[in-house]
Amino acid sequence: MSDDRATNRPAAVAPLTPRDHDWHPPAFAPGYKTSVLRSPRKPLVAHESTLTEATGPVFGPDAIGPLDNDLIANYAHDGEPVGPRILVHGRVTDEAGRGVPGALVEIWQANAGGRYRHVNDRYRAPLDPNFGGCGRALTDADGHYVFRTIMPGPYPWPNGVNDWRPAHIHFSIFGTAFGQRLITQMYFEGDPHIPLCPILNAIPSAEAVDRLVAPLDMAETVPFDARAYRFDIVLRGRRATWFENRPEGT
Amino acid sequence: MPPPLHRLKETPSQTAGPFVHIGMAPAVAGLDAVFARDLGAAIAGPETPGERIRVTGVILDGDGVPVRDAVIETWQADAAGLYASPADPRQGATAPDFTGWGRFAVDLASGEFAFETVKPGPAPGPQGTTMAPHIALWIVARGVNLGLATRLYFPDEDAANAADPILARAGEPGRRATLIAEAAGQADGMAVYRFVIRLQGADETVFFAT
Repeated sequence: MSDDRATNRPAAVAPLTPRDHDWHPPAFAPGYKTSVLRSPRKPLVAHESTLTEATGPVFGPDAIGPLDNDLIANYAHDGEPVGPRILVHGRVTDEAGRGVPGALVEIWQANAGGRYRHVNDRYRAPLDPNFGGCGRALTDADGHYVFRTIMPGPYPWPNGVNDWRPAHIHFSIFGTAFGQRLITQMYFEGDPHIPLCPILNAIPSAEAVDRLVAPLDMAETVPFDARAYRFDIVLRGRRATWFENRPEGT
Repeated sequence: MPPPLHRLKETPSQTAGPFVHIGMAPAVAGLDAVFARDLGAAIAGPETPGERIRVTGVILDGDGVPVRDAVIETWQADAAGLYASPADPRQGATAPDFTGWGRFAVDLASGEFAFETVKPGPAPGPQGTTMAPHIALWIVARGVNLGLATRLYFPDEDAANAADPILARAGEPGRRATLIAEAAGQADGMAVYRFVIRLQGADETVFFAT
């Protein structure tokens, strides 16, 4: 077989399964005021994923440092950060339940007082000198990841007169394809702010909201050290029963 | 009743929020001590063959005001049309320092973004078509509930653009034009392209669902 780089031969990559946009929060969600001027109003232009969306970069182990998934240690200067010690762990799979190995999982969060270490956060709660609030990990061969961190606090935000975010951790997940890119937020079981949150309430169904609420996981809790919460993540999959779609005669 | 399909639903999206930099570009948030390096800073290193180009741009909201807290990711083929991905069955021939992937925070004060790369080559499209050179963009920000996908095409590729199967789906010419960057001269020996992304309005950029 000759080098086919210079030809237009369709590359044999399985397309992604289409994203169900009705399951995700709509772009225009007026209860979340910032979305009003930042939401496209024309219909999205739909097409089946091409080579562009169905491919993606590889993040090797050299992209990640040994403390990158340990938020208790990765910004510690003269001690450990203040707050309840927790492990956040889970599995990244596709829609068929297959683990996604080598997925890049990045997280960011406020400290125990609800304050972010960011030039634009002006909330009066203090910064923690030993807490940065960012972490990243690559999933293992089965798609598992784990972070060690502290429980973030709820905090007020300018939306309504008195809106508070539930305690949450931001997640960015990068699987094997650019078209799978996903950012979401993980919440904690039992947080009374969850039903009050305009950002969370932009999600159309209660079933979908529940998917973002991590349960306490006593089986993985480390005695006298850290409680565990479990957050499983599902990325778009690829069509498994797929025939390369060529025009007749090629 | 027919048997259930047992397919899982994708995890629902939530906004990246205003503090996205902490996790995705810590140096921009002022957190340069945590990670050895921010990911996605270089798409193509010095060993990557191809024409060097610079892309600049801005994202405008429905009032025409620059969005100043967005992060943009880019994904592209190399000059030969190859993706640096194991999912590309023609893999193996991209330069070792070509990732094809970039991540850029817009300027916190002005909303401007800029990146340098090599101009991508044409790549195979669906059903025997050829996709014109393009860079895929994915945009997240406060107020954006699900990351927005669009594509940057080049103004000096008229013939290839005319045959591109995705541009053809973008509909009437005015909408299609929102996907084509403007030629903006030369700087430091590189062609400069300007890509203005409009989230709303008469010239709203085409965003894709796949």
